Amino acid sequence: MKKILFIEDESALQKTFGEVLGQAGYEVISALDGEIGLSLAKEKKPDLILLDLILPKLHGLEVLKGLKEVEETKDIPVIILTNLEGMAEIEKAIELGAKGYLVKAQYSLGEIVQKVRDILPE
Amino acid sequence: MNFENILSQFDIQGQCKKYGISIWQHPQFLFIVMGVVIIISALLTYTIGTKYINDPYTVALLVLILAVVLFIISTIITQSFERLAEASRMKSEFVSIVSHQLRSPLSNLKWSIELLMSGKINSISEKELEYYKILKENSDRMTELISDLLIVSKIETAKLPIKNSGFSLAELTEELINFFRPLIMASNIEVTFKPDKSLSKVFADPSQIRLVVENLLGNAIRYVKGKGAISIKLENVKNHTLFEIKDDGVGIPKEDQKFIFQKFFRSKNALRHQTQGSGLGLYIAKAIVEKSGGKIGFKSEENKGSTFWFTLPINKK
Repeated sequence: MKKILFIEDESALQKTFGEVLGQAGYEVISALDGEIGLSLAKEKKPDLILLDLILPKLHGLEVLKGLKEVEETKDIPVIILTNLEGMAEIEKAIELGAKGYLVKAQYSLGEIVQKVRDILPE
Repeated sequence: MNFENILSQFDIQGQCKKYGISIWQHPQFLFIVMGVVIIISALLTYTIGTKYINDPYTVALLVLILAVVLFIISTIITQSFERLAEASRMKSEFVSIVSHQLRSPLSNLKWSIELLMSGKINSISEKELEYYKILKENSDRMTELISDLLIVSKIETAKLPIKNSGFSLAELTEELINFFRPLIMASNIEVTFKPDKSLSKVFADPSQIRLVVENLLGNAIRYVKGKGAISIKLENVKNHTLFEIKDDGVGIPKEDQKFIFQKFFRSKNALRHQTQGSGLGLYIAKAIVEKSGGKIGFKSEENKGSTFWFTLPINKK
C-alpha cells in the first residue's frame, strides 16, 4: 500500500482526507505541524507528501526546503495544498521543487484524489 | 461631469463624516485654505512691498514667513493624503486576511459535506441527500463570495497578478459554454456561438479573462427568464477583438444602469429575479478588462434584454 504523508494543522481536514484517501487505497500518515512533518518524512519515507503552507512551528515552504535538502527525502513528490494563492508563494513553491500547487477552495475532494492518483497510481 | 457632480465633490462636511476625519485632515478643504492663503499673501506682498520698497529686509522676511506657512499647509495636505491611502490599504488588507481565514473552515465544511454526500461513510436517504445539497450549494456560494472579495482586494491594492500571453478567446468561450452546459440545458436556453475562423488571438491573461467571460455568460444565463436565447459574437475591430453577448432576459432598469459596474451594486431587477449574487462580478470584469488594455460596456432595456461587450488587444507577436 502506497504511503501519503499529510502535513496539515486542521484536524478536521486530516480526518476527512484520511477517510477519503484510505478508501482510495492509500495509507495516510498525519502530521499536525511542520516540524513533525519533516521528521516523519525522514522516518517513514512516504511515496507522496501533501503539504499545507500555514503551519505551526515551521512554515510549509521551510518544510519543502528541508525536504529537498536531504538526500533521503529529496525525491519524494510534494503537492502543496493550501488556501494561499499569491503568485509569490506559488513561484517559490515551484522553485523549491513542488510537484503541484492546489488551492483548497478551488477543488472538490474527488478532484484532489484524482490529482494524487495522477502522481501516485495505486 | 455635470454641475451636480462637481458640487457633490465639494460636500466637505459630508465627506468628513463619511470617512471619519476632521475638517483639518480633508485634502480638498486644505487645498481651498492654501488657495486663499496664496491669494492673500500675493496681495499682502504687493501692498507691503510697495510701501516698504526701500526696506528689502522687511519684504524678504514677509516672503519667508509666507513660504513657511505654505510649506506647513502642504505638509498637512500630504499627510492627510497618506492617512487616506493608509486607511484604504488597511481596509483591503483586512478584507484579504478575513477572506483567507474564512477559507479554511469553509474548505473543511465543503469537503466534509462532499464525503457525506458520496455515501462512502453511511448510506444516505433521498431526503438526507436533498439537505446535503442545500448545505453544499450554500458553502459553494460562500466560497465564491470569498474568492470574489479576494480578487477585489487584489484589484484595490494593485496586486492582481497579470500574466499576459496570446490565446484564443474563441476557444476559451467555447470551453466556458461547455462548462455551463448543464445550467444552460436546465434553464432551457439556446446559446448561439459561431466564431469567425479568421479571428486573431488576443493578448491578455487567460486566467483573468476566463473570469470575465464566466461572469458575463453566467449573468446572461441567470437573467434569461424561462425559455430564452443568448447569442455570442466575436469579431476583429481594428487592433482589438470585440466580444459581445446578447440575451433576451430581464434587462436592467434605466435608473440602475449607471451603477451597474459599481462594487456590491445589484439591480432591482436582479434582486427580483435572482436572489444569489454578490454584486462583485461586473466590478471585477471591468477592472480586469481595463487592466488588460480593453474597454467594457453594455446596452440594456428592461424586460427586453441586455447586450454586454468588451474588447481586448490583438496579439501582435
